[in-house]
Amino acid sequence: MTNRFRTASGGRIDRTAPVTFRFDGTTYNGFKGDTLASALIANGVHLVGRSFKYHRPRGFLSAGSDEPNALVTVARDAARTAPNLRATQVELYDGLTAASQNRWPSLNFDAGAMNDLFSPFLPSGFYYKTFMWPAGAWKRFYEPKIRAMAGLGVAPTLPDPDRYTQNYAHCDVLVVGAGPAGLAAALAAAESGAKVILSDEQAEFGGSLLSETSAAIEGKPAAKWLAETLTNLEARDNVTLLTRTTAFGYFPHNLIALAERVTEHLAAPDPDLPRERLWQVRAKEVVLATGALERPLVFPDNDRPGVLLADSGRTYLNRYGVKPGERAVIFTACDAGYRTALDLATGGVTISAIADLRANLDGELPARALKAGIDVRPATVVTGTSGRLRVSSADLGKVKGGDVASPEKVACDVVLMSGGFTPSVHLFSQSRGKLAWDAASGAYLPGTSVERERSAGACRGVYGLQRVLEDGYAQGEAAAKASRDFASPSRGATPAPATSSRAFPAQADDLGTDGFIGATPHGRNPAFTKALVDWQNDVTSKDIKLATREGFRSIEHVKRYTTTGMATDQGKTSNMNALGIVSEALKEEVPKIGLTTFRPPFTPTTFGIFAGAARGDLLDPLRKTAIHDWAAEHGAAFEDVSMWKRAHYFPKAGEDMHAAVARECKAVRSSVGMFDASTLGKIEVVGPDAAEFMNRIYTNAWAKLEPGRLRYGVMLREDGFVMDDGVVGRLAADRFHVTTTTGGAPRVLAHMEDYLQTEWPDLDVWLTSTTEQWAVIAVQGQNARAVLQPLIEGIDLSKEAFPHMSVREGRICGVPTRLFSVSFTGELGFEVNVPAEYGRFVWEAIFAAGEPFGITPYGTETMHVLRAEKGYIIVGQETDGTATPDDVNLGWAVGKAKKDFVGKRSLARDSMSAPDRKQLVGLLTKEPAIVLEEGAQIVADPGAPVPVPMLGFVTSSYPSATLGRSIALAVIKGGRARIGETLFVAMPDRAIEVELVEPAFYDPKGERLNA
Amino acid sequence: MLIIDCPWCGKRPEIEFRYGGEAHIARPADPSALTDQEWADFLYSRTNPKGLHAERWRHIHGCGRYFNAVRDTVSDFFVVTYKAGEARPDIGGDK
Repeated sequence: MTNRFRTASGGRIDRTAPVTFRFDGTTYNGFKGDTLASALIANGVHLVGRSFKYHRPRGFLSAGSDEPNALVTVARDAARTAPNLRATQVELYDGLTAASQNRWPSLNFDAGAMNDLFSPFLPSGFYYKTFMWPAGAWKRFYEPKIRAMAGLGVAPTLPDPDRYTQNYAHCDVLVVGAGPAGLAAALAAAESGAKVILSDEQAEFGGSLLSETSAAIEGKPAAKWLAETLTNLEARDNVTLLTRTTAFGYFPHNLIALAERVTEHLAAPDPDLPRERLWQVRAKEVVLATGALERPLVFPDNDRPGVLLADSGRTYLNRYGVKPGERAVIFTACDAGYRTALDLATGGVTISAIADLRANLDGELPARALKAGIDVRPATVVTGTSGRLRVSSADLGKVKGGDVASPEKVACDVVLMSGGFTPSVHLFSQSRGKLAWDAASGAYLPGTSVERERSAGACRGVYGLQRVLEDGYAQGEAAAKASRDFASPSRGATPAPATSSRAFPAQADDLGTDGFIGATPHGRNPAFTKALVDWQNDVTSKDIKLATREGFRSIEHVKRYTTTGMATDQGKTSNMNALGIVSEALKEEVPKIGLTTFRPPFTPTTFGIFAGAARGDLLDPLRKTAIHDWAAEHGAAFEDVSMWKRAHYFPKAGEDMHAAVARECKAVRSSVGMFDASTLGKIEVVGPDAAEFMNRIYTNAWAKLEPGRLRYGVMLREDGFVMDDGVVGRLAADRFHVTTTTGGAPRVLAHMEDYLQTEWPDLDVWLTSTTEQWAVIAVQGQNARAVLQPLIEGIDLSKEAFPHMSVREGRICGVPTRLFSVSFTGELGFEVNVPAEYGRFVWEAIFAAGEPFGITPYGTETMHVLRAEKGYIIVGQETDGTATPDDVNLGWAVGKAKKDFVGKRSLARDSMSAPDRKQLVGLLTKEPAIVLEEGAQIVADPGAPVPVPMLGFVTSSYPSATLGRSIALAVIKGGRARIGETLFVAMPDRAIEVELVEPAFYDPKGERLNA
Repeated sequence: MLIIDCPWCGKRPEIEFRYGGEAHIARPADPSALTDQEWADFLYSRTNPKGLHAERWRHIHGCGRYFNAVRDTVSDFFVVTYKAGEARPDIGGDK
């Protein structure tokens, strides 16, 4: 199959490498070097999509990353399916399979096009105005329907099988964009010895030079100069060249994010290569050479397939050897339209007419067009187009003093339009540089810099090939020099103007800076026209005018109300025209209207590139204890506690959690159990002033704690509320072994460091996190001593020599240990601290020694139940950051005689001891089998009128196998004084009667601790 | 991502640091001597200036040290960093 619209020769495609591809099920041919867009146009296919809202048929508007219409889904297989790719950027490879989007049942006949007929009822803001009634219908009916009708492509549901990598790079000068300005800048910086990275989003470097057939630089054809320049750059060790790499984000201190598409263009990607690569480049200096984007003209039916940007039409012809049509009408407000017309005429396209918005045509290009015999019509506009799925004619009308004369129909199969060029200031704007309105060229240009960057060429309003090259070279030289003088990543001032030390004599068409912003006149009834401003979001000039009539004046509000510029193309082609229309409607000058902020990404970026390797097991760091594998081998179910995996319970065959926990609890209460407490935070507090430091940081008094003893410590924030708790052992006069909650360890260490470093730098104390160094094995139950006795050397375990709340150093199974006599279960208990690398060895030895006693490993759920039976709190469960020690019955732990400690002054405020504070109590349901829901609210009278006063809430609730009934802890206003009362736990379907009791349900006198 | 100049380690990327609130708010030597209002001011009242702001930062994924910095809250850029305990450099802004 031949390409009907392919030229006989020319272009940068490889005509010796034919490629077959499929679009919407039809097979087509193209060449290596084509994009999907150029290959489809070569086959005469212009209809490639349906618009977002009205489902209007759409073709290609551009030839680059600014394309708003031609969004396609490219699928290698069910998992490797990428929606919403711009066909103008999809490189053709053999076997490529692409499909159009947002149409049903087919692209040629789309049922959703009914929306176009109903469009009078779908103006801007129609969501807010229309779908107000009946209540609830939005969620159930309207929204799903609208979402199904409007939209883009569909994401694959399978996991992404490809790899994405992330690189960091540093350089002296990063040049973004490899058109003439960027190439010259990179050359200048490279020649000065600077380390340079040059990136460009396209497959080939060259930018506008890739579409040049007649221009010459330094006496050579542009293509030859380009090839030689690239050879020069490639040969340099100090230059990194990145094609297919989009600079999509500009972050503070010159951190630029680049997305490199590594294998997207390959028919058979090397599995060793990543699909995409994220570069995070920290550049001393940045040169932005991002060029300019051609503006469409806003006239009725400007979105019909076959209507495209003039310079894009020229690119299709010159770069890809593809004629955009056979008969062209040009509609232009600047000389770019003529340059395209002349090139197309040379390429064999009939130019039916050039309609020029301008009345006076005195430039060189219009003269050449007239000389070539082209029908040039000054002061003429296109007032409409015809053709169902492809433009077949354009209506050309003369503008006379604000009116448009009745138009003439001119047959054509392509309309090429140009409203001039908009400097691409996206990255400059992202860098938070301030834009300045340039009235002469009618454009926003880079003004005041914030970062160490400079713009070069068309993106700062410099046009004309020679001027662009010299500006690029000058900025490159200046950037390299500035990088040598680099002292700080912060920019002090906007860079001074630079002049090039090298001349680049060049011959090329000079397009000047003419252009048009806004909607062109058409003389038709606006009610029956659609002149598109934002192609991707289906926003017309009418919508924007309506928004201004409804009172929206700020461009930021107009943008959000009409959604203009909010699509995935970020308004690349639409922003300036929208501004022009608002400016005209409000009779305000453009710079007074303001400009919306450009935000990253410059073009849509995959999630894969952000995720990188951080997927699956690598998503989040996972902490495992030394005993983890033993627990896993013994069937433990695990739960996540901060970053730790903790054994939750150890089910035996056929047991659910409830049964396993009941068995584990009974084992601890009747004989002995063992528990992996290694995740507890541990901090070694050492130094001559360690005791003084502990005195200031904890509520408790430490001075009189003898070495060899333990104490339960409570830590407050300066505002007086409980922050953390834990058992602390004093090993020597100047050494404390502090434990913290599992989740609180980093917070507690940071809190301690904060006070030590900034408030009390005079204290001679060292803090060391030892969480990972110690494995901790809790052995709990009346037989705990009997289990440990034979394993221990050098410690007398007798009750008298080693009472409850003591610490001794010795050996267990030959391993050094810090042995604590401590209990979080209410039973006789020990915590065996051993170096983590011996954790499993000692655990297994204790397990073996405990076998005659039926020693039972238990998990965090049993630990929770056992401590709740004793009324021991868990910080973060019974406390919520607004609990004082007294609120949770820890008033006894506050050293009231101490002059000061963190939080003491706050406790002295009246409200901190008010009798109606929420206080910890126990709850017993009237019906013993009912287990309350944690978090449920507690009320005095469930029948009270709404809003029912809330007295407090349930903080912990479990079935207790030991007690044969449910138990719960709660915080209730004035709770301690209400013990004995009956209150109600309010549930959606009922109120549960509960009795308030003391929060120690089991062995309230603590006799079992000292067994 | 900002580059922050740790007075102990030198220039490092922002992700190595953690913000620590306003600087130069010393804990009173004898909190019990303060009225409730004075204590509340110490706990909660902050200047929140538009412009130069002296604040505490910690090089938490580095040397672990707290230090002070003057940052421009409008531009987000750091103006100067200095060690804890040193006086705020005289570079203008609210004090």
